[in-house]
Amino acid sequence: MSARPLRVVGHPVERVDAIEKVTGRARYVTDLVLPGMAFAKVLRAPHPHARVVRVDVTRARGRAGVFAALAGADLTWCEPYFGPAFRDRPVLAIDVARYEGEPVAAVAAVDELAAAEALELIEVDYEPLPAALTLDEALRPGAPLVHAGEPLAGHFADLSTLRPERGTNVCHRFAYARGDVTATLGTAYLVVEDTFHFPRVQHYAMEPNAAVAAWDETGGLTVWAGTQNPYSVRVELAKMFGVPLAGIRIIVPHLGGGFGSKTYAKLEPLAAVLARAAGRPVRVAASAAEAFQTVRRCGARVNVRVGLARDGALLAVDCHADYDVGAYADIGPRVVQKATYTATGPYRVPHVSLQARAVYTNTTPGGAFRGFGVPQLAWALESLLDVAAERLDRDPVDLRRQNLLAHGEDFAPGDTPIDGKLEESLSRAAEAIGWTQPAAVDRGRGVAAMLKASVAPSVSEAIVRLHADGSASVLVSTVEMGQGARTALAQIAAEVLALPLARVTVTPPDTAITPYDQTTSSSRSTTVTGRAVQEAAADVRDQLQRIVADHLGVSPRDLVLDEGAVVAAGRRLGYPEVLALRFGMTGGELIGRGVVAPGRTRAPLGGSTPFWEMAVGAAEVSLDEETGAVTVERYVSVADVGRAVNPLILEGQDEGAVVQGLGHTLLEEMTYGDGHLLNGSLLAYRVPRAEDVPAVLECRFVENGDGSGPFGAKGAGEGSLIPVSPAVANALARLSGIRLRELPLLPERVWRALRARGPR
Amino acid sequence: MTDARASDGGPAPERIRVTVNGRLCELDVVPHALLLDVLRDRLDLKGAKRSCDAQVCGACTVLVDGLAVSACTYLAVEADSRSVLTVEGLAEDARLHPIQQAFVDHGAIQCGFCTSGMLLTAKALLDDEPAPRRQDVLDHLRGSLCRCTGYRKIVEAILAVARTRP
Repeated sequence: MSARPLRVVGHPVERVDAIEKVTGRARYVTDLVLPGMAFAKVLRAPHPHARVVRVDVTRARGRAGVFAALAGADLTWCEPYFGPAFRDRPVLAIDVARYEGEPVAAVAAVDELAAAEALELIEVDYEPLPAALTLDEALRPGAPLVHAGEPLAGHFADLSTLRPERGTNVCHRFAYARGDVTATLGTAYLVVEDTFHFPRVQHYAMEPNAAVAAWDETGGLTVWAGTQNPYSVRVELAKMFGVPLAGIRIIVPHLGGGFGSKTYAKLEPLAAVLARAAGRPVRVAASAAEAFQTVRRCGARVNVRVGLARDGALLAVDCHADYDVGAYADIGPRVVQKATYTATGPYRVPHVSLQARAVYTNTTPGGAFRGFGVPQLAWALESLLDVAAERLDRDPVDLRRQNLLAHGEDFAPGDTPIDGKLEESLSRAAEAIGWTQPAAVDRGRGVAAMLKASVAPSVSEAIVRLHADGSASVLVSTVEMGQGARTALAQIAAEVLALPLARVTVTPPDTAITPYDQTTSSSRSTTVTGRAVQEAAADVRDQLQRIVADHLGVSPRDLVLDEGAVVAAGRRLGYPEVLALRFGMTGGELIGRGVVAPGRTRAPLGGSTPFWEMAVGAAEVSLDEETGAVTVERYVSVADVGRAVNPLILEGQDEGAVVQGLGHTLLEEMTYGDGHLLNGSLLAYRVPRAEDVPAVLECRFVENGDGSGPFGAKGAGEGSLIPVSPAVANALARLSGIRLRELPLLPERVWRALRARGPR
Repeated sequence: MTDARASDGGPAPERIRVTVNGRLCELDVVPHALLLDVLRDRLDLKGAKRSCDAQVCGACTVLVDGLAVSACTYLAVEADSRSVLTVEGLAEDARLHPIQQAFVDHGAIQCGFCTSGMLLTAKALLDDEPAPRRQDVLDHLRGSLCRCTGYRKIVEAILAVARTRP
């Protein structure tokens, strides 16, 4: 097959969900209506940290139209804690509320108005406690403890032995080292060091988190969930309710964006307990403001020391990062571990010492967000590399080029060797931004690069069914959240089975029907789930060939698939004919299986990354020195994707990644004051608008067919976000001479730095 | 969920006559009922989406007498005697509206949650100004957020419709 030109893969085919989305027919969780469904509202803590002395839901429970009113103390009939790393998060606060906005009680009623009115009848006595809102406040001696006791283990085997450090707010500590950093830094020609800050930011997936739960007459539970991880949610609910995995069914319709905000259980446990108490289906739908109280990106403070030789060779990196994971661990420990492991970026560094802490604070829990902890570290390292270049009087592009890991080189012993050509991305980005030509006097240019591992080991399974009429169903549990996974996976199956795309349907995730998939995140779906689909389709292909080979008395190797038919010398049998041969009637189907399960390896994190995500960004900025306003005039992103399965979708995804990166670079920050989140709604929290997009925005791809995914593809979609902040800040530094260490680059911050710099 | 049910002691419903996607509807709605809820929950038109609740994001945008409004902050009673167009009414006889087709062709769709509002916002602009400049489009999209696409393909799709119009 591989020698033939690709018919479907590699082409900018129309999204399979395009028509349903432009006609308003695409269905999301909050579009679903179940008979008898009740609607929930959540009472949330008004304090950042408080003892919950008393919750009385009696009056709410007695109100007309109310089916259930629950507080944490009512959850005696189930395991009330959940969380993927540690089960430290109660469905409803138990004894203590650890952040402003934490769910304390909830009501399910005949409609949302009745539920909202019933909330007002709930009485809660709080005893405010001292709170730790920032890393500094949480890490200082004698800091208020966000968690006093020890939480239960979550559901990852490799995290199950971890425990928070008693008597501190350190939720998790990670360290990775090789070589001798101390000695190397002591003798390096140049050592640069600085501390950088990355803000807490909100995903703002336009569809806020939502779930509908219904218990059935057999004791089984079905949840329609806006989740990126149906199988993780299933595990959480099975543990909470003591129900076998087979008794829990998670169905995922379209997601209105994810970006990490819908990884792992969020509202599903609450919907499930309310549905049990109400004895009917219950919908919990967060408002956009409540999404700010559900999850956010982990803010970070990153101190980096970089040692270089006189010729510019990187010798050592010493990194200490503190991540603010908020009030509950969520997947924070994994974020910290995975990101810190790659804190040296795409460079060859012989001596490294990388240390990080996940730190609890009394704020909205921090979790996964596009880039998974890497943007925080790249902001620091890539800024500092430009400082080093200036000190060495080196061109920043040349300095990076000198130190880039080569194709096939080890990133770390035991892990996957580098599987792309970083120098090609760097050269193309530099060329596209016009790096070697002088910029206009009022413009500055900057570059930055990134490298990120995907989750490993991870498991994906796929089933492909070829039906009697020659159409095919792809059963996978990859979630369509806008990234185009359904289209890409359909393209892969269509390519292998030589079918038109319109003859392939990808089934939405339903854990009762579609097979196991670990997660739709980590840019893994095209590569890992895609490989499972490719394998399952190839299984069907092999069956088709065997049937025809037996029938014609030829070798299966002499048969090829071509436009829905098995073709031998002079003979052409359409798939319906082949199936009729096999089953002796118009019925039956061929079922193919694909399993990707690479298992654990000697790699430092226990599994070898299935691919390295890598990208380079180049920015050209202008600056209004009177106001401090920075404008990104041009931006070029070049991502090494192995092969673009769908170039149009991929380009759109990376354009979105760049603009989302511009959000935390120029605009976005969850601001806290007096213990409260001050901008927890879209009225006050400013995300990029169309007018904020650079006049020139180009997303390009390096395609050498060297990825481990189907047809040489590999993961994309997160990488292009990561270089944005340092590329813009590096451009600003080269234009104006100011080096900012704190994001976002708000006009006020820039203006203050300009004042401190003085006139030039 | 705001419906015709008056809550305890709440105000009584009012009868409104509103043309939705060309069909006249008579509905009893409480005075505080939002157009978004009436469209989604009473008329089963789920295309308009709820997101920011504050007239910032545009996911709930529909046209009332040709003008783009945020249905999340627009009272249903204000639509009395008016004509409402939602995304479900854009295509004619199963033929996509040129703006819908342009969004498909330009890859201006990702998660789809902003798409309905974007399409109607674009229609209001193009009905008013058939040949907008790029800056006009950017200005017009100030009340329409998208978190997936980075906007470029949406802007290109709208400009492409303007170019191909007779």
